[in-house]
Amino acid sequence: MSLNSLLFQALDGLAAASGLFFVAAGLSLIFGVTRIINIAHGSLYMLGTYVAATLANHIGGALGFWGGILTTAVLIGLIGAVIEVVLLRRIYRAPELFQLLATFALVLVINDATLWTWGPEDVLGPRAPGLRGAVEVLGRYLPSYDVFLIAAGPVVLIALHFVLIRTRFGRLIRAATQDREMLGALGVNQALLFTSVFALGSLLSGLGGALQIAREPANLLMDLTVISDAFVVVVVGGMGSIPGAYLAAVVIAEVKALCISIGVVTIAGVAVNVSKLTLVAEFLVMALVLIARPYGLLGRAQSMVRALAEPEDPLRPAGPALKLLGAAAVVALALLPLLARNSPYALVLGIDVLIAVLFAASLHFIMGPGGMHSFGHAAYFGLGAYAAALLVKWFALSMPPALIAAPVVALLGAALFGWFAVRLSGVYLAMLTLAFAQIVWSIVFQWSEVTGGSNGVLGIWPTAPFDNRAALFWLTAALTVVGILLLRTFLFAPFGYAMRAGRDSPLRAEAIGIDVKRVHWIGFTIAGAVCGVAGGVFAFAKGSISPETIDVSRSINGLVMVLLGGIQTLSGPIVGASVFALLQDTIMRQTEYWRALLGGVILLLVLAFPAGIVGGLGKLGTAWRRRP
Amino acid sequence: MKMGRVLFAALAGTFLAAPFGPASAQQSIRVGELNSYKAQPAFLEPYKKGLDLAVEEVNAAGGVLGKRLELVSRDDGGNPGDAVRVAEELVTRESLNMLAGTFLSNVGLAVTEFAGKNKVFFLAAEPLTDKITWQNGNRYTFRLRSSTYMQVAMLMPDIVAAKKKRWALVYPNFEYGQASAAAFKELLKSKQPDVEFVTEQAPPLGKLDAGAVVQAIDDAKPDAIFNVLFGPDLAKFVREGNTRGVFKDRFVASQLSGEPEYLDPLKDEAPVGWVVTGYPWYAIDTPEHKAFLSAYQKRFNDYPRLGSVVGYVTVKSLAAGIAKAGSTETEKLIAAFSGLKLDGPFGPFSYRAIDHQATMGAYVGKIAVKDGKPIMVDFKYVDGASVLPSDAEVKKLRPATD
Repeated sequence: MSLNSLLFQALDGLAAASGLFFVAAGLSLIFGVTRIINIAHGSLYMLGTYVAATLANHIGGALGFWGGILTTAVLIGLIGAVIEVVLLRRIYRAPELFQLLATFALVLVINDATLWTWGPEDVLGPRAPGLRGAVEVLGRYLPSYDVFLIAAGPVVLIALHFVLIRTRFGRLIRAATQDREMLGALGVNQALLFTSVFALGSLLSGLGGALQIAREPANLLMDLTVISDAFVVVVVGGMGSIPGAYLAAVVIAEVKALCISIGVVTIAGVAVNVSKLTLVAEFLVMALVLIARPYGLLGRAQSMVRALAEPEDPLRPAGPALKLLGAAAVVALALLPLLARNSPYALVLGIDVLIAVLFAASLHFIMGPGGMHSFGHAAYFGLGAYAAALLVKWFALSMPPALIAAPVVALLGAALFGWFAVRLSGVYLAMLTLAFAQIVWSIVFQWSEVTGGSNGVLGIWPTAPFDNRAALFWLTAALTVVGILLLRTFLFAPFGYAMRAGRDSPLRAEAIGIDVKRVHWIGFTIAGAVCGVAGGVFAFAKGSISPETIDVSRSINGLVMVLLGGIQTLSGPIVGASVFALLQDTIMRQTEYWRALLGGVILLLVLAFPAGIVGGLGKLGTAWRRRP
Repeated sequence: MKMGRVLFAALAGTFLAAPFGPASAQQSIRVGELNSYKAQPAFLEPYKKGLDLAVEEVNAAGGVLGKRLELVSRDDGGNPGDAVRVAEELVTRESLNMLAGTFLSNVGLAVTEFAGKNKVFFLAAEPLTDKITWQNGNRYTFRLRSSTYMQVAMLMPDIVAAKKKRWALVYPNFEYGQASAAAFKELLKSKQPDVEFVTEQAPPLGKLDAGAVVQAIDDAKPDAIFNVLFGPDLAKFVREGNTRGVFKDRFVASQLSGEPEYLDPLKDEAPVGWVVTGYPWYAIDTPEHKAFLSAYQKRFNDYPRLGSVVGYVTVKSLAAGIAKAGSTETEKLIAAFSGLKLDGPFGPFSYRAIDHQATMGAYVGKIAVKDGKPIMVDFKYVDGASVLPSDAEVKKLRPATD
């Protein structure tokens, strides 16, 4: 590999960086002002590529291509405005993070709407008119379009910078990013500001997508691919910092290009294919950056956000009525295998629901009372599942010791990652947990000799006496009930109060002698261990596991379950997980467009219960008791 | 109070409302079918059409064993965990003892494992990994589509004839890509010991950095390239490679790229001269295929993709197997499928008794562009039976008895 080839790969990296930057800049603006974690941002990008490719293919020529790109950007901006006005505006007062649930539903709906409109086949746009060829640089051919992209990134960067620094709109954006309540108090029309920022962010996303049509076909997998990249770029650069987003995009794209150009190297006699590192390169970069700089490369400490939501009620221990109902629920669980003799599927589904409940409850433990929004909780689920499965596979352990090992390994993993994560807060903490989960995922994925790679581990079946459905159900139910009671016990012990004190007011908690970081670290570790139990049971219930047990989508499903049930209540995750798992099971069977239907149902729930299902029902109950 | 009520409602709702299945005995033979319809629509929408067409044909001709054939189709969620639950649902709630389908290798393997454990018949339609019939094979599982090993072996004669010394490999970084790359290296080394593999690029599936990967391949100065990328990755790879002149004067062998699902989106930019496996539906002149083609076009007003053929033959195989077994009992089905012979759109093939792999082959040819549309030319049909290793080798690869 020569110096020239490295320099040339750096140019490739710059072209890729520009594409990343457009999406990330939009996401960063939206987050800065509205504090919404908008996972539908990638869907707007995908929509942008579809619309632009269609316009370019049908109108043709320079007008169709370049005109189409501009039209698309404006159109996607308008769609963003509509989403903000129709949906998000209604739920700004919901608890923190709740808007994520609405954008998750949008991802499902937009994906199916795209499939319905454009069909399943990828749509390849034309090459850019006027930029079809390549220019010779360093004895190699660089596509002219890449040259254009390399220039376009900084141009948009400078234009955005100018808008933010020099215009009134830009000053409002910066002010809102720092203190939006104060801005509202000063008489600025917040609704209009939020809508216009959301539209601008969406426009940038649409533009980014539209510009890709010359490089890749529009396809239905783009939404999720892009959104994770964009989040990484935004966080590495520092939330709300546009120059930071560009810098981060360049760093990540260059690291990837470097991995690719190095290819296979021999280290100490072992051939290592560095190009495979591209799978995880961005997450490694993110983990390193966040450990060294907790607010990203160019970010500043997040200003304290006074939540728009109503303050949270304190948690209360279970009264006699709740204890009675809890006992009744346990009895119902114990009797289910006898009642369901004629419908064994009830047990199969029941096991899945219970696993989801335990997973969600353990996530809620750190998300709700702990205030640590983990976006990578699947890591501990996966560690538990793989620990159990690998012990069975390599050491021929029987089921009970393997199930005991599952939480132990998950605990160790959570203790290690949690130690770094609790030093951060807010969205940075969330993204660091995601980075750790992705690193675990990629190790499992790459280490084929031990973990079976993408195929996973097969043949992990329960042994006697758990080798029939009823026994396995009883075991799962017992572990779930014990796990939930254990988490409750922690929450109502002094430890739990200390953890909540650290969440609500870290300074005061420190002042009365609570070591907040340590308490949160222990909480994180406990949640990881309980989650590991769920993972271990999952491995035996399915008989085989693969890296999808650690996938981002499982982490996101966990967030969805907790938010759906209501983050501010203890029974929220139980209800949320049950509802989500049952909905998914029923809806997947109902219709061809099940994703859109699932998204639609979640949207309805979001609008009907802005505090989650349990929170909403609780409010109804309070109102009913207070009726005149 | 409030939490109590809700807790109870949730638990009651969860378990009391749990679906108590219909599953009554009906005057039809029902087969469970599961696939990643949402995760892989480009291949599976045509596949679904193929299924529907074959079911209609079978029933129009009087059904199977005097009963109607009926598919109970489900989305498997595109991951092994959901797929196993869906399989359990089909077996327990719908009381089915025959499963068919799946696309992704890891999903197919998980269902294979499930079928073996629960003694359920499973016909894997599309997943390509060799492990389904070899390393992890079991007596309950059969597979229709030619495996990765077979796909590579089909291309091998052209690859060896090209006499290229320096090879670059590019493949998606998961089971399918890794298995193909491994099979390619092993087969080529045995036929051409002086071969050199100058670079190996393994980008993540669906996340190809096309510019950098294409450039890295060019910088390694190979004489020839072996490609396993498909779908959007393939389109990106081809466009970048064309722009940068990387394919000029280089021999390229590419797996699956001649399948309409992946070839057609490339339009007039399709890389002329690549040697590929695929499905040239527009130029197959056999009576079996003509009959299939006209029936398909009449029914859907669209041309078939390879997925259509896979779906169609899956159902035809099930019908033939059940008819031969004279029953839907699992053991009789296994006996019937071992050595089952039938005619598909590609001609006659059989399910081998030794490893439960079907011998349905594929077409090997070169990519060309005609009237702005990509096609395969100079193609020939390669029978799957001709590229499988010897029985002794298969026995070593497949620990499962029977």
